[in-house]
Amino acid sequence: MNRNGPIALIFHCLFLGFLLAPILIVCAVAFTSQGYLSLPTEGLSLRWFRAIGDNPEFIRAFKDSLLLGAVSSTLAILVAVPAALAIARHQFFGREAIQALFLSPLMVPHIVLGIAFLRFFTMIGLGGTFAGLVLSHVIIILPFALRLILAASTGMDRAVENAAASLGASSWTCFRRVTLPLILPGVASGWVLAFINSFDEVTMTVFIASPETTTLPVRLFLYIQDNIDPLVAAVSAVLIFLTVAAMLVLDRVYGLERLLVGKGRD
Amino acid sequence: MAASTETQVSGAQASAPPPPRRRRRWPLAPYLLSAPGLALCAVLLLVPLVMTFLLSLNSFSFYGGIQNVWQLGNYADIIADDYFHEVFLRTFRIAALVTLLCAVFGAPEAYILRRMKSPWRGLCLLIVLGPLLISVVSRTLGWALLFGSTGLVNQGLMGLGLIATPIEFMYTETGVVIALTHVLVPFMVLSVWASLQRLDPQVENAALSLGAGPLTVMRRVVLPQIVPGILSGSIIVFALAASAFATPAIIGGRRLKVAATLAYDEFLNTLNWPLGATVAVLLLIANIVIIVGCNRLVERRYKQVFE
Amino acid sequence: MKGEGDDGMAYLVLDQLTKRFGNWTAVDHASLTVEKGELISLLGPSGCGKTTTLQMIAGFLDADGGRVTLDGKDLLAKKPNERGLGIVFQSYALFPHMTAAENVAFGLEMRKINRADRERMVADALKLVGLEQYGDRHPRRMSGGQQQRVALARALVIKPSLLLLDEPLSNLDAKMREEMQIELRRIQRTVGTTMILVTHDQSEAMALSDRVVVMNKGRIQQVATPQDAYDRPANAFVANFLGRTNLLPGMVGAGAGGGTVITVADSVWPVAQEVPAGPGALAVRPEKIGFVDAGGLSGTVLARVFQGTQWLFEIETAAGRLMVIRQHDGSPLPAERERVMVGWRPQDMAVMPADPDTASGVREAA
Repeated sequence: MNRNGPIALIFHCLFLGFLLAPILIVCAVAFTSQGYLSLPTEGLSLRWFRAIGDNPEFIRAFKDSLLLGAVSSTLAILVAVPAALAIARHQFFGREAIQALFLSPLMVPHIVLGIAFLRFFTMIGLGGTFAGLVLSHVIIILPFALRLILAASTGMDRAVENAAASLGASSWTCFRRVTLPLILPGVASGWVLAFINSFDEVTMTVFIASPETTTLPVRLFLYIQDNIDPLVAAVSAVLIFLTVAAMLVLDRVYGLERLLVGKGRD
Repeated sequence: MAASTETQVSGAQASAPPPPRRRRRWPLAPYLLSAPGLALCAVLLLVPLVMTFLLSLNSFSFYGGIQNVWQLGNYADIIADDYFHEVFLRTFRIAALVTLLCAVFGAPEAYILRRMKSPWRGLCLLIVLGPLLISVVSRTLGWALLFGSTGLVNQGLMGLGLIATPIEFMYTETGVVIALTHVLVPFMVLSVWASLQRLDPQVENAALSLGAGPLTVMRRVVLPQIVPGILSGSIIVFALAASAFATPAIIGGRRLKVAATLAYDEFLNTLNWPLGATVAVLLLIANIVIIVGCNRLVERRYKQVFE
Repeated sequence: MKGEGDDGMAYLVLDQLTKRFGNWTAVDHASLTVEKGELISLLGPSGCGKTTTLQMIAGFLDADGGRVTLDGKDLLAKKPNERGLGIVFQSYALFPHMTAAENVAFGLEMRKINRADRERMVADALKLVGLEQYGDRHPRRMSGGQQQRVALARALVIKPSLLLLDEPLSNLDAKMREEMQIELRRIQRTVGTTMILVTHDQSEAMALSDRVVVMNKGRIQQVATPQDAYDRPANAFVANFLGRTNLLPGMVGAGAGGGTVITVADSVWPVAQEVPAGPGALAVRPEKIGFVDAGGLSGTVLARVFQGTQWLFEIETAAGRLMVIRQHDGSPLPAERERVMVGWRPQDMAVMPADPDTASGVREAA
C-alpha cells in the first residue's frame, strides 16, 4: 500500500522529538547530582527524589490528589451509569438537551469554572474544603465518564436485554447480570479516564484549593511560580512515570486510541 | 380495568377494536435515571455560572470591597481600557497562532501515522496521544527548563552557530506559543485521525490509477476529506488555547498576561472579584460563541459529504 | 380475517391487535387464533408488521389497541419477564459473557430451580439441540449454527407456553439453513411446543409451518395451510408473494350454462369459488399452463428460454403478458413469434375480485 517517503519520516521524527523533548528533559534534570538545574552530566543521582520525602507537603498533596481522584471518579461513575442508560435506552422529551447539559462542562473553560466555584463555595460555606473539591471535580470529569459509558451502552445489542427479560429476569436482575457485565469495560475505562482528568486538573483547582487541602498539580504549580529547582523536576518525573505506567496498562486493557477518540461503537 | 370485564366485552365488540389495554410502562424512568446528574449539573454548574454573571455586575472599591449594586461598569471599564484590549488581543493572537501551528504540524502527522505499519503505528500513536494524560504542569515545566537562558534550546542553537546571543523565550509570546502548541497538538492529531478513519485507502489508489501524481492525490483527494477533521480540531485547540491558564502563567509569568491569568490575578491578588468575574464571563461567552458558531458552520458545510 | 374460529381449541388469540407509529399503522387490527402445539408462520415482506406483531406478543412493544390472550389469560397486562414465553432472536442475543451452559441455565435460575435439577435440565436441553459437548464454550467461539442452537435450547429449557422465533435462520448460510429447518421441525415434533415463526422467506415458512399467516402492510391477508395458500391464494398479493404467478384481469359474470364464469380476453373460464360479479382477476401458476388447440387464451410467443430441466415462455395476449413453464421432455414446443393458444384446468386457477388496493400490492411485489 502507500508508504511514507523519507521527508515524511524526517518530519515524523522531528514531531515526536518535539513532543518528547520537554518530558524527557524533566526526567533527566530530576536525576542531577547538582544543587541547581542541570543535566546529570556528572553522573546520575537520586538525591532529589529523596528530597521529596523531606517535603511532607508534596507527599500530603499527592495523597490528597489520589483520594480526590478516586472519590470523584467513583461519584461520577455512579451518576453517569444511570444517565447513560437513560440516554442510550430511552426516547424521551428533552433527551438531547439533557445529554448536552451533561457534556457542557467540556465547553466551559476551567478558569471560568474555578471562579464560579470559588464564589459559590465561599457563599455556601464549602470554600477550601475537601467536599468542595470533590463536587467540582465530579462536574468536570462527568463528561469523560459519560461518553465512554454511553458508547458502551449504545454499542450493546438491545435484544440481549430483551432475552434476559423473556427468560424471567426483573429489571434489576437484568441490569446486574447482563447489562452491567457487558458495559463494564466502558465503565472501568470511564473511571480511569475520569481519575486521570481529576488527578491532572490544575486550572480550576487552583481557585478552590486551600493550603490545607490541595492537590499535587496545584502545589507544583504554586511552587514553580516562585522558583524552579531540581525538586519540582523530581516530583514531575514521578508524576510522569506513574502516568506512563497507567497509560500502558490502559492501552493493553482498552486501547488508548479507543479511549481518546471515543470510538466505542465499532 | 379488571381482566374479567375485558373478557366479557371482547365477544360483543367483534367489529370495533377493543380499547387499548396496555401494561403500564413508566414514562418517568429515563428522567429518574438521569435525575442525579441533572440535579448535580443544575446545582453545581448552572447556579455557580449564574452567580458569576451576577458577580460581574457588582462593583468593587479598594476599601469597601464588593458592593452589592447592579451595573455594567466592569464591562464598560474593560471596553474602555487599552490595557484590557492589549490582554484580550494578545490572548486571541496566541490562540490563533497556536491553532495554525497545530493544524500545520498535527494534520500531516496524523496522515503519516495512518500510513505506518502495525507495531510502529500503535507505538507512535501512544507517544503522540500520551502527553494528553500527563499533567500540564509537568509538561510546561519541561519547556521552562528547555527555554531558560542556559537551557538546551539556546545552547543547541548557539552550538550550531545559528545565533550569537541567547533568544529570550521565557516571558515572551514566542515561548507561550511553542509550549501551548506542544500541549494542544495531540487534540489536532486526534481530530484529524478520527476523520482519516472514515477515509477509504482504496480511494487514493483509485486516484493514482487514474494518473494523478502523489501531490495531486493529496490536494484533490485526501485534503478535502480531512478538512472537517482539521476544522473541528481547530475549534477545540482555539477554545483551549484562548482559555489556557497554567502554561501562560508559568511561561508568560506576571509580565505577559493573557485573559485567564488576568482573571486569576484579579481574583487572588488584587481581590477585585467583580472585575475577575467580568473577564471570566467574557471568556465564557467568547468560548461558547466560537465552539457553537464554528460547529454549526462546519456541520452545514460538510453535512452533505459525510453521512 | 379470522382463523379457524372459536372451536374451543383456541390457545393463543390475537384480537384486533393494532400498533401505530405516528401516522403509520404497522399492525392493523390483526386477529388470529393459534391452536396448542401448532407451528404457525407470520410471513410477509419487510415492513409488513410481522415482527411488530411478535414484539407485541413478547411485550417489547406496547399495543395501541386489541387484545392478546394465551390459554384464556390476558397477555398484554403482564410484563415481558412475567409472560413465560420463549424467544429466539434474530441476532440470537446470547449473553456473550456467559458460557453456552450458563446461557441455558439463566432462565432456570430466574425460576429459582435448585442446582441439581438445573444442571440436569441444561444438559437435557443441550442434548436436544445436539450440543452436549459445547456447554463450556463461550458464544463468541461458536459458529452461527451452534449459537442458533444455544439460543433455541435457552428458550426451550424454561418450558415456555409459547415459543417465538424471529427470523431465526436468516443469519445462516443456505446449507446450514436447510439443516436447521429439519432440526427445528424435529425439535418441534419432540417437545410439542406451540411456536410462532416470523420470516420473510416463503420457502422456509412452507417447509416448517402447519399454517402460514401472510401479512402485508400491517394486515393479515390469508391464514391457511401452506398448500392451500399456494393453490388457492385469497388475493393477488398472496398469489404473488407465494411463488411466481400470472395475474390476468377479467370480468366475472353469469355464464351461458347458469354458473359463474370469468371472461379473460377471448377466453371464458368457469368459477367454482364465490366471487361477486364485476371486474375480477384470475391467478394461475406458470407451471399449470399448457398449450392447447382450442378453448383457451390466444397469444404470441415473445421469447422462450431454455433452463435445463424446463422451458420458460413469455406469451403476449390481449389480457397482458404471461409466463409459461413447460418441462423439457422432448414434446414439441412452439417457437418464438408463433401464434399459440394457452389453457389450464379450472381447478388450477384462483379467481378474486379486482381490489384496487391489493392490485397495487401486486405490482409492488412483482
